[in-house]
Formats: sequence, C-alpha cells, structure tokens
Amino acid sequence: MKQTFAVGIGGAAGQGVATPGDIFAKIFSRRGLNLNAYNAYQSIIRGGHTFLTIRTGPEKVTNMGDRIDLLIPLNQDSMDRHLKLLTAGAACIFNADTIQPTSAADGVQLCALPVSELADITRNKVAQNTLAIGAGLHMMGIGFQALEEVLKEQFMKKGDAVVAENVGVARAGYDYAAAHFRAFPNPLPKTESRYAILSGNIAMAMGGAAAGVKFYCAYPMSPSTGVLHWMAAHARKAGIMVRQVEDEIGVINMAIGAAHAGVRAMCATSGGGFALMSEGLGMSAMIETPVVVINCQRAGPSTGVPTKTEQGDLWQMLGAAFGDYPRVIAAPLDIGDCFKIIPEMFNLVDRFQCPGLVLCDLLLSEGRLSVHPEDLDFSPFIDRGELITASNGDAAGATPVTKTDYKRYRFTESGISPRAVPGVPGHVHTVATDEHEEDGVLISDEFTNPVKRRAMMEKRMRKVAGIEAAVSPPTLWGPRDADVTLIGWGSTKGVIEEACEILNEQGISANQLQIRWLVPLHGEAILEILKNSRHTIIVENNFSGQFARYLRSETSFVPDGHIRKYDGEPFMPHHLVEAVKAQLAGNTKLSVPMHEIMV
Amino acid sequence: MASTVQRSSQLTLADLKGKVDPDWCPGCGDFGVLAAVQKALVELQIAPHTVVTISGIGCSSNFPGYVNTYGMHTLHGRAIAVATGLKLANHALTVLVTGGDGDGFGIGGNHFIHAMRRNVDLLYIVMDNQIYGLTTGQTSPTSRVGMKTKSMPFGSVEAPINPISLALAAGATFVARGFSAEQKHLTELIKQGIQHPGFSFLDVFSPCVTYNHDNTYQWFRPRVKKLEDDSAYDSSDWKAAIEKSLLWDEEIPIGKFFERTDVPTLHGAEPVLNEGPLVHRDPRVPPDIARSFIEELM
Repeated sequence: MKQTFAVGIGGAAGQGVATPGDIFAKIFSRRGLNLNAYNAYQSIIRGGHTFLTIRTGPEKVTNMGDRIDLLIPLNQDSMDRHLKLLTAGAACIFNADTIQPTSAADGVQLCALPVSELADITRNKVAQNTLAIGAGLHMMGIGFQALEEVLKEQFMKKGDAVVAENVGVARAGYDYAAAHFRAFPNPLPKTESRYAILSGNIAMAMGGAAAGVKFYCAYPMSPSTGVLHWMAAHARKAGIMVRQVEDEIGVINMAIGAAHAGVRAMCATSGGGFALMSEGLGMSAMIETPVVVINCQRAGPSTGVPTKTEQGDLWQMLGAAFGDYPRVIAAPLDIGDCFKIIPEMFNLVDRFQCPGLVLCDLLLSEGRLSVHPEDLDFSPFIDRGELITASNGDAAGATPVTKTDYKRYRFTESGISPRAVPGVPGHVHTVATDEHEEDGVLISDEFTNPVKRRAMMEKRMRKVAGIEAAVSPPTLWGPRDADVTLIGWGSTKGVIEEACEILNEQGISANQLQIRWLVPLHGEAILEILKNSRHTIIVENNFSGQFARYLRSETSFVPDGHIRKYDGEPFMPHHLVEAVKAQLAGNTKLSVPMHEIMV
Repeated sequence: MASTVQRSSQLTLADLKGKVDPDWCPGCGDFGVLAAVQKALVELQIAPHTVVTISGIGCSSNFPGYVNTYGMHTLHGRAIAVATGLKLANHALTVLVTGGDGDGFGIGGNHFIHAMRRNVDLLYIVMDNQIYGLTTGQTSPTSRVGMKTKSMPFGSVEAPINPISLALAAGATFVARGFSAEQKHLTELIKQGIQHPGFSFLDVFSPCVTYNHDNTYQWFRPRVKKLEDDSAYDSSDWKAAIEKSLLWDEEIPIGKFFERTDVPTLHGAEPVLNEGPLVHRDPRVPPDIARSFIEELM
C-alpha cells in the first residue's frame, strides 16, 4: 500500500484554516513530496465549518484518501465532528484552553497545547494555529528550518517584527511537542523532485494562456471563479483581455464576438451560468465560430449546494441548445489534465469550427494537486484550422472594395469551410444564426428552401465524423481479465485508481476504464473493451447515473452495477472498495456510500 | 472611432449594396436608416472590409445582410455583447450595431446598459418603431401607454422606456435621435456617431407601416424639432440633455442631445491593448513569463 500521510484542519470560515494549509502544502512540496488537498467548505464567509484535508507522500497522491493521520481542530465543533473518526496511530493537536477532547478510539494520541502559556494570545490571534503547525511538524519528523523559511515568506510583507513573532510562536509549539508528544513512527520522507501546486481552476486558466487564449470573460460563479481570478491577475503579463461581464448570456456572446474576430476565446461558469449560455452555444455552432466553455459542476439542481461537488450536468451539456449541431465535450481526469485538455480542446474547435465544452467539477476546480512543472507545457501544439487572417488572406492593400466570390460556408467533403475573419480584404460576408446559403445569405425568411437547408445541415454535421477521427478512443487500465471493471468519467479517475489498487491488494483483481472524451464517445471501442469484462460497475458522482444512461443510449450497454454518490462530497477509496465487494457478493447492484465525515 | 480609413479607391454607394434586397414592408422606416448608413460610410470613405455590422433578431436586425460590410446576424438581444467582444479582439475595426427597440431595450436591455457605462467604442443604431414587427405586432418597451396591440388589445398600461434619458443616465458618451424620414440629418448623425470615440447611441424613429398605426410618419412629422436648429442648445450640457430628453407629444427633439469625448473608451482604457489589436498578436506566452507563472506555484 502507498505510503501517505494526511493532515486534517477544521474550523470556522474566517478562523484561518487556509493559512496552515498553505504552510503545510509548501513544506511538503519542498521536501519533494506529492500532495492532494481538498477543502470541504460552505457558502459562508465567516462561520460554519470548513475542513481541509492535505494528503502527502513520495508517490502520486490522487485523492484525499481514507484516513486522517493528524487532526488539528481549531474549534470545539471541529473536534466534535472529526475526533471520533480517527483510528489507531493518528494524533490530534488542540488548544487545551478552549477545546475539550471528545471520545477517541484506542491508540489515538491526544496532544493538548497549553496555548496561553506558550504564546501571548492577546497579541497573536492565530497563535493556536501557529503553535499547532510547529508541534505537528515536529511529530512528522521535519526540521524547524523548513517552517522558519515558509513563515518568513508568508509574513515578509508585514515586517521583521511580525516574522519574528510568528517564528517564535512556531518554535514554542515545535519545542513543546518535542518534550511532550510522541512523534509519528515514520518521519515524512524527502525526495529530489520539485512540484508546482495548483488548483484545477488555475490549471485550466494556465492551460488557456498556453493555448493562446487572448480573450477570457466570466461572471463570478462558484466553483469556477478561480479561473477568472487567475486570468485577471495574469492578464497583463500574458497579453489576455479579461472582462467581468454583466451575466453569463453576455459572457458567451462576448466570447463568441471575440472569437469571431479571430482570437481564441474562453469562458468558465458553473451549471446555472451554463444554462444561461446555451442559446449562445447554438450560435457558435450555427455561425461556425469556435469557442471554449468550461463548466465547473457543483451540486444541483438550481442554486443547489454551491460549495459542493457533483457530476450532475452531463445531460445538460449533451442537450445544451436546441437543434442538432457538432460539439465536443471533454472531462479532465485530474488537475494536471485540466491544464493539458485546454490546448487540445482549442485545436479541435478551431479545426472543426464548433463549440467545445470542458466538463470539470468542484473537486478538481478547487482541489489542489502537485504537478510536475514539465507537465505544464506552455508550448503545446497549436492548430488554428482553416483560418484566413489578414496575414494569410488576400494581400492587404488590394482593392478594399469587396464584391467577391468568397463563400464562408462553402460545401466541402469534410464540412469544414475556410473561415475569414473581419478585416481581411476580399472576404466580406455576413454570418447569421438564421439558416443560410454557402455565401451566408439567409434561407430562413424570404428564401426558404428545403434542398438548401438539408445540404447546409449535412455540411455542418459532416464535421462530426472528422471530430471522432481526431480524438483517440479510451483504453483500459489494469489487468485485462480482472474480476471487476470500474468505469468512471472525469474527476473520479484518482479515487477509482486507488480503489483498484486496494482491491488488488485484497485479492480482487480490478481494472479501470476512465472516460475523458464524452463527445465523441467512441461507443464501439468502449463496447469492445467491456464485452470481455467479467463484472462491470459504473462509478459516478450523481443520483441518476447520467453517464450510465448516456452510455446505454449510445451503445445499448447495461453494466452489472452502479456506485453513485450525490451528497455533495467526493468518493473516498473505501467507499468504492466496500461497494465493489458488496456487489461482487451479489448483495446489491446499486451502492450509494454514506459520507461518514459531517462537513 | 473610424480608425481604419482606406482610400485606395473611391468608395461608392453601389459598393455598399448587400447581396440581397431588404425584405422589409414597402414604406418601412428601416429603408431610410439603411440608406443613411450607406451614405455615411461613403461620405467617410471607410473601407467595407474594415467595418462589421452586427445585429440581433427582428425586422431591423436583418440589416447586416443588406449592407456590404462584414456582418453578424446574431441572437435576439445579444448584438451588443457580441460587438463588445469583437471590438476588444480587434479594435482596429469600425463596429456598427443595428437592431430594434424590442431587441435592444427589451431582451437585450442589460447588455445595452452595461455597454454604455463601459464606453465601448461602437455606434448603436436602434430602429425604434415602438412595436414588435416580425412577431406580427405586440407591445414593445417603447410602446406608449394606451397603445393597442395584439398582446395588449385593451391598450398598454405600462409606462414606456425613454431610451434617450436611459442612455444619458447610463453614461453613454454620445446620445442622439434621428428620424428615418429626415435623411440628411440622419446621415449626419450616423457620421458623427461613427467618428465619436466611445459608445454612440442613436435612437431612430423608424415607423412600422404595418403594425403601428399610432406613431406614423404623419404623427412624427409636425412634432420632431431638430436640436441643431436651436443655436442656444449646448450638447455638452448633460443636464440640458436630460431635460430635452423628457419632451414628448407636442414637441419631440431629434438630433444630437449629448456628446463628451473626455471619457476613455474601453479598449483605450485597457493596457493589454497598448501593443495593438489582439488578433494580430503572437498567441504564445513568452517563455520567461510562462516560467514565472509556474514558479509562483512552487
């Protein structure tokens, strides 16, 4: 089994859960360790309960795991919620002045910090946090210097006195732990690797910059807002026009306007905002102007649970906007993939002149992962497709008076018509959301014509075959003749991977089919894989089995069972392991694991 | 606005004729607006390939198909949002937005207001006929109280929007009103609107001869008074403009209500565009900057 170590920090919003989290993350990362962080939080700025899990280890850490090794409750509520879930070998560091331990399992070390004795709490409001970080690091076998460096960086802007104050408090916690608490048996290892730590939102924003996005716009909506924040903060350096727009209808239309002028344009939202965008997607498809829209799913329907994760928007994406039109839909598999998928998506939509939808979710958008810097490739392959710009169009300065034979929607075998952008001499044309002829003239009002309508519909839809050929089919991971095949899509990749490892260790061989491209789906290839599987289970973070229904509609495939979760929290490995065992034993065909942590 | 004026050959009205003729009803006010736009472009000698005409949906939104510039016939109410994105991606282009009162003040009202406060550099021409035409005659946001339509057969009880007051309040930097039957005057307003640096709003009385039997050419003719004929009127005086905008019934002012040129345009206010239009830029992030983005995360 993988060597990992998980820290859980709980408190009220505004109590400073994030800062210790950032400090631990930096220290782990600088030891060359991988990490995965997930923050369970609420839609409240001050108060409530937030719980941050940071799991680290020398190998890849793909999910938050099943156990907390070190719990740091910053208030009584966090102690009450989480202490009872700790198991033997774990420890809990708490402020003995304000927090009473509740009942704990045997073998759980209770580490009471006499905070008011160790620090001047009238001067330092977050002394308990800093003391706990110091104490925790000692117990993990990490030298104090690592913490001192990070604290210096953290508080540098506030001056030397604040740095000294915090280093002093941290030192007191560190030394107190040395004298009073039992260290964890295995000190955290060190490797020579160096990682970047980023959220899926930052990854998608950076992926956009790498893809050559020059226009980004959005309306703030959790959990997609992080993309806007990164874009806005880095816009001037990256040469990207970033706009906050009045609503998501404005967002999609503004993005399409920019894309129509010839730049790569992107926007991000969540399910509610995406619903407002759907008419715009139809326009992108009809005028054949490519645009990329990210949907960071949260628990719906309606306002739903804004700070909780779900994979509940698949059918909204499949059905967004009326009428038939070519579209591409992809779900990134992890935070590194959030970066990589954006340039790939832009190449496809530029080539096929249609909308591209990236179906992310809160788990990836707001989770954090260590990613190797080389995987953040700012020189990806860029294919703008058949684009006629001022530089490659007719010689600029040629007669600007334009009566031309250029046909924006010329019938071609591929369905792709060379696209001239406004400003190019010799290619003046009008695009229309009404059905139109090859030259853009409407056949919707005065000149309706079934023959021409059919031909134009078929021209657009011919692109579907091209898109399918341009995307590789999914492949099976793990032993071919496994006892069970777990089928997932998007963000469940990491947790299914770990569940398979645990199952294999327990003598149940498991393999995984993880779907990244939802449209095109490659149903034939999927059937080919699944027909040899002994027992198939579809895993997804929603109520109705949206992917299972989609796969069935495309292939007639019906799996042996389902594991679903729709409580707002992501799967943990043991949820899947236990459900697989129950299903293999014939106890059920539908498992809905209970989330034991009350967050 | 007209930043790209090319005179490599003399532009004529024939050059600006679209691929097809308008399908508007005979006598529709929109013919006058189309003619005035074409005349204005000829008089300003703006090369058609540097102009983009963008519309929403409705009778008047068929406009881009009838003028030989680049065109976009977008979604109902969304033309201004599309135009904003297009202008920011290539601010060298001259952008005209055309549409009706339902399109702009009804379904598109939110975008209209925000484009004005942003001072997006474009000319927005509303062919205001105070009725929904293409859907065969329903009440619009500018229909007067008491007007009987298919959707309000006993007469509208809702107060109409005053587009001129609204534009002034929302921060439009050029606010004017024309009358489709006053060709020379309208052409002059369009030219000024194109040349104005910032958001130019031009509301045009464009009578619907089929569905609006209240606000006809005959109704407007004795009422419209050109602001330009009043030598005492100062179009840089915002308060005076507001007062004039409230006039209706006996005397309805047309002409330029207000203009100010001291507000930066949206594209002018964004340093990202200092190096020229985005569409001509290298899509790649320079390697040293890319490296700094990654190092922030380590």
